[in-house]
Amino acid sequence: MPQKIFLEHTGKADLTQIEHYLKFGGYSSVAKALNTLTPEEVVAEVKKSGLRGRGGAGFSTGMKWSFLDKKSGNPAYLVCNADESEPGTFKDRYLMEFNPHMLLEGMIVSAYALAANTAYIYIRGEYWYLIDILEKAIAQAHAKGFLGKNILGKPYSLEIYVHPGAGAYICGEETALLESLEGKRGNPRIKPPFPAVYGLYGCPTVVNNVETLAAVPWIINNGSAAYATIGIGASTGTKLISACGNVKKRGVYEIELGLPVEEFIFSDEYCGGMANGKKLKACVPGGSSVPVLPAHLLLKTEKGEPRLLTYESLADGGFKTGSMLGSGGFIVYDHEQCMVRNTWNFTRFYRHESCGQCSPCREGTGWMEKILYKIETGKGNMADIDLLWDIQRRIEGNTICPLGDAAAWPVASAIRHFRHEFEWHVTNPAEATKPGAVYNGNLLSVV
Amino acid sequence: MNPFSEKTMEQIAAIIKKYPEGKHKSALLPVLHLAQRERNGYLSVETMNEVAAMLNLEPVEVYEVATFYSMFNLQPVGRFVLEVCRTSPCCIVGGEQIMDYLKQKLSISEGETTPDGLFTIKPMECLGSCGTGPVLQILEKFYENLTEAKIDEIIADCKQQHAVLN
Repeated sequence: MPQKIFLEHTGKADLTQIEHYLKFGGYSSVAKALNTLTPEEVVAEVKKSGLRGRGGAGFSTGMKWSFLDKKSGNPAYLVCNADESEPGTFKDRYLMEFNPHMLLEGMIVSAYALAANTAYIYIRGEYWYLIDILEKAIAQAHAKGFLGKNILGKPYSLEIYVHPGAGAYICGEETALLESLEGKRGNPRIKPPFPAVYGLYGCPTVVNNVETLAAVPWIINNGSAAYATIGIGASTGTKLISACGNVKKRGVYEIELGLPVEEFIFSDEYCGGMANGKKLKACVPGGSSVPVLPAHLLLKTEKGEPRLLTYESLADGGFKTGSMLGSGGFIVYDHEQCMVRNTWNFTRFYRHESCGQCSPCREGTGWMEKILYKIETGKGNMADIDLLWDIQRRIEGNTICPLGDAAAWPVASAIRHFRHEFEWHVTNPAEATKPGAVYNGNLLSVV
Repeated sequence: MNPFSEKTMEQIAAIIKKYPEGKHKSALLPVLHLAQRERNGYLSVETMNEVAAMLNLEPVEVYEVATFYSMFNLQPVGRFVLEVCRTSPCCIVGGEQIMDYLKQKLSISEGETTPDGLFTIKPMECLGSCGTGPVLQILEKFYENLTEAKIDEIIADCKQQHAVLN
């Protein structure tokens, strides 16, 4: 049986109730850390485990913690990024809804490691119903002595507060999130200084994703070595993948990193294959920002090796033939989906969500949306496709935060892998604009 | 304009306490959420000014924030704001057809309010419900795996709720 960390006990009992969570050994890592480990030892354990940020960037969590400025004389903060807004991603919502105490437990141990006495959960405003679940869980943890003053009688205190956002994808970017938490517009800050030095209220701050923090209790309980044996190479541990689109069984699955993509899509244990007897055309494997892959490059790398759900395997081939694991937002497209329409849809999203600070992103996303709409509605010409390519290239790498890259990559990858589909829209406008019309001239990549 | 209810004022006082002394500006987003709920689902200039005074902020600090976040409405809205996801994962499982059906059923376009003041259709970007799309939200409640029949039900329920409350 594959190892499960987050979802092992969900479904067996109502884990939002602390009594049930405690029955499964819940909060034992808090006692273990506070009684037997120094904060530095907790950081070292997490570093050795190989745990990487589960929000999308995949940076070493222990390393990020070790950058925290301990000499500033200012209080340190831990902020949980629960702004989950990457299209295709709904794993943190699932985790907070069905296992909120695991997040709190992870936050307590992590905050202890960082010597932070205040922590915030920044949750997207659309997840309003989860605030109630989280606040009830916080109250229960308080009542049991896992939060508040002198936790478990030790000289360590912590308060956790929930803070709602109000509908802005950009606030998932950690410095925009901090701005928003300070009651401002979510405009990303220029880095450096990084939040580890200049974060919330100018104090040293660590911002971690929900799933990242929820992995910490297991690591502390079972040891970094045990965690590192799960997965392959530098992709250690388990990962929540939220599957959506045209598969039979959409939903949140916990996988051991290293599971073949083909098994994930077609096995009954996971997505159960394509819905309604259709064929696999393409997939965006890590949330809308990562490059789209045609079916043949999704299932196998360019070298012909099976593509695995790991940071490395999904990136194999670079952006030419690979993609990214990202947030684990796994969007599957069947052969009746139009890649031009989908790219236009994504670009409309990024145009709407650009904060407007950097001109390449603010102007570029608008131009890309207009041109894609023009092509999609049968009014485009061949030069528009090259113009799109040119615009995305000028956005990438030229903005303060990664939203610019995130807007450029879907466009670049769609043109790279599905150029014939864009050209078909230009040369056959009458046919292409019929409702539900999809390019069928080249189904080479359909599996 | 009626002042905020006692309950809301208590909630606001509790929110401010979550942040360090002098950092009460952090309370702005949660307070704007409460203000919007209490003031018919939108933030008028008067409401924003009131929030500014309450948090000891310049009015412009409130305007620039309220205009940035898509959950805040700056114009009057219907009693039920139907926030419909229009992003790819919903669209590829029938989201566009659901939006079309809704517009046809209510005889309004995206962003408009029905003449009886009951419904507003508000297109939204990804609501984080991709595994159960097509999806729409009314306040905090998600309506998932939408079909035309479900839309009919939701609209009927809202009308009934409205009739009972009036």
